Amino acid sequence: MSLPATRGSGRTGWSPGFLVKLVLIALVDALGVYAVLAAWGAESWGILAAMVALLLVANWAYFSKRALPLKYILPGLAFLLVYQVYVVAYTGYVAFTNYGDGHNSTKEQAVEALLVQNERRVEGSPSSPLTVVADGDTLGFAIVSPEGVVEAGTAERPLAAVDGAAVEAGRVTGLPGYEVLEYAEVLERQQEVTDLRVPVSEDPNDGSIRTQDARTGYVFTSTLTYDPVSDAMINTTTGVTYTANDDGQFEAADGTTLPVGWRVLVGLDNFVTAFGDDRYAGPFGKILVWTFAFAAVSVASTFLLGLFLAIAFNDARLRGRRVYRTLVILPYAIPGFLAALLWSGLLNRSYGFVNEVLLGGAQIPWLTDPVLAKLAVLGVNLWLGFPYMFLICTGALQSLPTDVLEAAKIDGAGRWRTWRSITLPLLLVATAPLLISSFAFNFNNFTLIYMLTGGGPRFDDASVPLGHTDILISMVYSVSGLDGTAAKDYGLASALSIVIFVVVATISALAFRRTRSLEEIA
Amino acid sequence: MRTTRVPATRPSLVSRRSLSRRPSAGRWFSEIGWRHLVGVLAVAYAGFPLVYVVSASLADGGTLTGSNDLFASVSGANYAALGGTRFWTWMGNTLVVAVATGVGTVLMGAAAAYAFSRFRFSGRRMGLTALLVIQMFPQMLAFVAIFLLLISLGNVVPGLGLDSKLSLICVYLGGALGVNTFLMYGFFNTVPREIDEAAKIDGASHAQIYWTIVLRLTAPILAVVGLLSFISTFGEFIIARVLLQSEESWTLAVGLYGWVSSLQEANWGLFTAGAVVSAVPVLALFLFLQKYIVGGLTAGSVKG
Repeated sequence: MSLPATRGSGRTGWSPGFLVKLVLIALVDALGVYAVLAAWGAESWGILAAMVALLLVANWAYFSKRALPLKYILPGLAFLLVYQVYVVAYTGYVAFTNYGDGHNSTKEQAVEALLVQNERRVEGSPSSPLTVVADGDTLGFAIVSPEGVVEAGTAERPLAAVDGAAVEAGRVTGLPGYEVLEYAEVLERQQEVTDLRVPVSEDPNDGSIRTQDARTGYVFTSTLTYDPVSDAMINTTTGVTYTANDDGQFEAADGTTLPVGWRVLVGLDNFVTAFGDDRYAGPFGKILVWTFAFAAVSVASTFLLGLFLAIAFNDARLRGRRVYRTLVILPYAIPGFLAALLWSGLLNRSYGFVNEVLLGGAQIPWLTDPVLAKLAVLGVNLWLGFPYMFLICTGALQSLPTDVLEAAKIDGAGRWRTWRSITLPLLLVATAPLLISSFAFNFNNFTLIYMLTGGGPRFDDASVPLGHTDILISMVYSVSGLDGTAAKDYGLASALSIVIFVVVATISALAFRRTRSLEEIA
Repeated sequence: MRTTRVPATRPSLVSRRSLSRRPSAGRWFSEIGWRHLVGVLAVAYAGFPLVYVVSASLADGGTLTGSNDLFASVSGANYAALGGTRFWTWMGNTLVVAVATGVGTVLMGAAAAYAFSRFRFSGRRMGLTALLVIQMFPQMLAFVAIFLLLISLGNVVPGLGLDSKLSLICVYLGGALGVNTFLMYGFFNTVPREIDEAAKIDGASHAQIYWTIVLRLTAPILAVVGLLSFISTFGEFIIARVLLQSEESWTLAVGLYGWVSSLQEANWGLFTAGAVVSAVPVLALFLFLQKYIVGGLTAGSVKG
């Protein structure tokens, strides 16, 4: 954030604030220009455009006199736009694609990957004397072609003729712009050398130079060729033609596909999969119900216990109530992930404290039985959540207007009547928004579920790694494949995220409306 | 049990009281005594896991089974063993990320709240509404998109890619405006505008008013927002887990999860010691600033 220049007071000079602003803007501009150049180099046009736009807006905002509010909003707004608005929009986009394993890249990249993967040494192809060279840290090959021309290149740069090379006994021994690697160095980087492929030309169909012994290079060409006109891959050894289909794969007439595809828009397929596909629909339904039950029961149980304790401790005659209060809110002050991990140990079937000590050596499968695991999750969440409810209920109870309570007393209302008709409605008005956000929070309480049960125990019938205590957000995590246990499916994961968002947003909107009506009653 | 203990320890006081103010023990129990009973039970419920974790961290066995006899042995072996692990690196990472996020959130949120509270500009109402809508989408839901975005960013600027603390902070700061601006906006509105106007007449610029007047007067809410942001960043798991891939850049949440998930039985001593150490800063901050936090929570509720 910078200090905007003085304005409106007649001073336009070089005040310290203005200097600070200048330095900060210069810093931002320098970093921004670096990022723009880097984006240019990496050919990331989207990032380039976004960076240029942000830089222009920033400079305009901080040097114009007409952009006063923007000076204050822009820093947060920039982060908000990139890391919140953009990613939400991108989630929406990915939800309609088949992005994931097998469909990871653009079509050009998929074509290139297929050609490279299927490169074989062509029988009887010419061999050339080869020298391993390095340009800085990048390895490359220099060869003497059958015509006697010296050519050099790296993985990124295709072979090109180089002038002025020193050649001894038909082998390159010195090359301008490159350093010739000693034998010992080649041995040291053996793996890199044998993995290196230097393209023969810009066209991947031409193949590449590879070597096994660092002394002889062979031309490898792909068994596949790509024909841009018919948009098809042709296997030159078997003669099978694979044509590009609508799912982002090359498909042969008999239905076989090539392993690398590209991402395409698939419309509502991901949503259809979630709600209709046999592998997902069953677990998805169960998980959806459990997510609602988990969030609702968590809010209700923590609220009731918190409220009960708040009432119990809300009596000025109670000695030591400050001590009680401080000790009771301790679980709230412990980071949630620690508490969840701690409870996973306490509830361990064979060695846990609860079974061993509190229940005298019982072997209760708290975390591995479908029903008990759900109870355990709810129980742990009660322990984690009741102090928060206790805090807000205490706050709400103490801020109840005393005149209303007095009026009730004068009118002859009993304790129960006062409580039902006055205390509870007022309390609900004050706490309802927090109950709603608590519901939304628990709806997405990934940390608790993932750390306590990991979503387990697993469904018997599911082919996907989902379990009885999984909630929607942990299902998204499993489906996305980012933990490495399943195939990556970003498209389906994003579609599920959208479903969660719609549920949470609808409930919040409805509930906030309702609380407004509660407030009007009060 | 509480009812019997009280007369035993302070016989004279209680007997005098029971004569003068309290007609019977039954009446006392129905008015006050049950509250003590509830209090003791609640404290036991809330506290026993905490007592257990301290005891387990001091046990010299270091296994889950060996930790069940409370305070059977007391040694610092588990704490010393933390030095041989990456624990302190994770602690450092977590503190860096959480402090940077907390400070950044306060600065950016306060600046935006100041603009919304003090300036009248076209798009102001729409901006506020937009913030309200955007903050309904929890950032963690978009972790797949964040992961993909950082892959592309990392190809351009490596420091903003995966496995970098800086990019994790940036991601967290993306949520800075949405959640907190409203909390601060409501509080900023309670600072009388007359103070600003007086300063303006005296020749203060808007920047001077912001830094020297408004921020000073709103310090309590700034503390609350900073603290809440610190605490939630401290315990954030899913985004950190997805973004941070090498062990050296993990945060505590990711690292300790790794210990427990891989070998719960064997790593238990290490985990409990680590848990005690990492809970201390948050616990201390929380207890010191309890009043402010409670105030901030209820302020948020009133504003809705």
